[in-house]
Amino acid sequence: MKTLTTPRMERCIGCHSCSLACGRLIHKRLSWDTAGIRIISSGGLSTGFEARICLACNPAPCTQSCPTGAYSQRRGGGVVVKKKLCILCGRCEAACPVNAVYLDDRGEPFVCIHCGRCVEYCPHDCLELHDMGGSDVEEKEGEKEES
Amino acid sequence: MIRDHFRILKLDLLSKKGDVVSVGGRDDFCGGSGLAALLFQKYGRIDRTWNDPDQPLIFAIGPLTGYFPLMSKTVCAFKSPYHDQYAESHAGGRSALSLRFTGYDALVIVGRAEKPSVVTFGSRHLEIKDVQYLWGLDLHSTGKMLRRMFTGAGHRSILRIGPAGENCSAMACINVDTYRHFGRLGPGAAMGAKNLKAIVIIGDGSFALPEGKAYSKVFKDVYNQVTTTDMMHKYHNLGTPANVATLNKIKAMPYRNLQKTSDETIYDMTGEQFADKTLLRNMACAGCPVGCIHVGFVREKFMEPNQYLYRQVSYDHEPNFAVGSMLGVTDPFSILSLIDVTEKTGLDVMSAGVAIAWATEAFEKGLIKEDKTIIELKFGDAKAYVRALNYLGTAANDFYRLLGQGTLKAAQQYGGQDFACILGQEMAGYATGEVFFVSQALGLRHSHLDAGGYAYDQKPIEKDETKAVDFLVKDEEERILLTSMVSCLFAREVYKPQLLADCLISLGYTGLANSMTEIAGRIQSLRWRLRRSTGFDPATVTIPKRFTEVVTFKGPVDLDYLNSLKDAYSKRILELAKQD
Repeated sequence: MKTLTTPRMERCIGCHSCSLACGRLIHKRLSWDTAGIRIISSGGLSTGFEARICLACNPAPCTQSCPTGAYSQRRGGGVVVKKKLCILCGRCEAACPVNAVYLDDRGEPFVCIHCGRCVEYCPHDCLELHDMGGSDVEEKEGEKEES
Repeated sequence: MIRDHFRILKLDLLSKKGDVVSVGGRDDFCGGSGLAALLFQKYGRIDRTWNDPDQPLIFAIGPLTGYFPLMSKTVCAFKSPYHDQYAESHAGGRSALSLRFTGYDALVIVGRAEKPSVVTFGSRHLEIKDVQYLWGLDLHSTGKMLRRMFTGAGHRSILRIGPAGENCSAMACINVDTYRHFGRLGPGAAMGAKNLKAIVIIGDGSFALPEGKAYSKVFKDVYNQVTTTDMMHKYHNLGTPANVATLNKIKAMPYRNLQKTSDETIYDMTGEQFADKTLLRNMACAGCPVGCIHVGFVREKFMEPNQYLYRQVSYDHEPNFAVGSMLGVTDPFSILSLIDVTEKTGLDVMSAGVAIAWATEAFEKGLIKEDKTIIELKFGDAKAYVRALNYLGTAANDFYRLLGQGTLKAAQQYGGQDFACILGQEMAGYATGEVFFVSQALGLRHSHLDAGGYAYDQKPIEKDETKAVDFLVKDEEERILLTSMVSCLFAREVYKPQLLADCLISLGYTGLANSMTEIAGRIQSLRWRLRRSTGFDPATVTIPKRFTEVVTFKGPVDLDYLNSLKDAYSKRILELAKQD
């Protein structure tokens, strides 16, 4: 089971290539918001950048708050997303302690599914897909739902 | 999002109302430079002065903005306070992507706000706020306040002016996200004249991409070219200061108001020296994985014992040359301090440095004295220059106010026109020879980026004014195509016509892809028509004597060649301006 991590964010130059890759490849959107990883400046550009990303909680508060099973617990941490079950209630976003879930203007939630597609688009190697061990069957299911 | 027309937000600062306007012409004018010119043609008041409240201030992006790497620039068009004619300036930062994500292709601002104001807009909101409390604040303080006042950190762009813009200096820039600028020909004054302190663009929209895999495939190809080949290495590595050592070696590096074109001390300010001593980190414009923005630091001991403050300052070849070698200052930390103080006032660093270089020589020659300059000006005296640049930015007295309107204007009053380093506006940092001097003096933006005259000079090519002018016109046309997409010009080796066509087709812009050359030519003509109709006459452009005294690696400047080039290029510009 793999998890996306951001171990070298000090290297980030703020190009947003990771967010744009997630939007483009996973969600088929042009956006730096409707993406599983989002880059923000931490108080002006002179203080560097932070990545807003799912920390792969286990148990994940977002899954516990989801009333329909659209968000369910991913083995090893994080969430398996089944968009068809989502009723746009926004409780996942409210439950996430690290602001990793983004709601678009319709209330559709976007969160990292730890697929790692963004990693190759980081020019400074800030991101890493870390192997946490265990089966990756559910992860693939999550990707399938998203794409 | 991918549409056959332009969607424009037109905003009237007086009525505080916006209008969403649909403008045709996508397949004829593309976007960026083309769209900005089209909108100036539609909304500009060519018979009124630059500061007429009805003059538009335009920001335009292009069909590829945000969709591909390095499609990360915004084109600003306005009537310039510098020459009261049509002008264009380009900047990156997060401006282009933020504007893209608002869902508009351009922002057009007309009218003059009754009170100092900030405009903020996104995909679903528009607001004009009174901000009298920000008027008079320097650029850094303004940025801090605005970041606190508005949401969207990281996914917004803040365009702001400093005191120089407020007092309508013709050298006032619009600062973009702290480290980038709409720098030249006074766009900051165009904002100041509108009582507009800042524009906060919130990029909060999200748009569907074309079906199929073609787009992602072309994207990956472009991304690999810019990140895994050597094409962008220079910009990523040392950045534009990488040029300095070479320019000094070939005697093309302006030094002490262009009294010389090389000096041993210039090796103190090479790209390597800046990187080794001052570089903190690289940064990028949004949508560009290259990261050419180089941020250095200066620290200052403000109190004993050992109490320091530090500042982060972005550097590039152009500002480095202007407040560095041009002023005889070659210590990197001193140069960064001078850039910082200039930035704080909201002045364009290039223009300001070259203007103060003229003032220094005028002071040394006794044409102006301390009753005008307030302090003694001396080449190499960085401490004095910190004060002088601040005086210039804040228009501290009549002399500095006049100098802020352009070096030639001050020289006309005080003398010293022969050594005013003006090529349409204050010179860029290349003393490469005849082709560059003519290119900047007559170029539409009076920028080294109008065409590659500086590179042409460095090639072993015979002196043939027809061939040189052919090159300038063709190169300008090719660059216009890029700045209508809108690409960063650093990517010009990547975005060759076939790749541009592939990008356009992958998004469904087949019409644009099939007629790029015609479109570029059409935009080139329109821009020159606008420039001409607002008063530009190439016959009145002079190249001051100082440029004719330059000695480069090729020897002394050839005055006959310079004049014949100027005549030939003037003629071609007039022909371009006549084409419809």
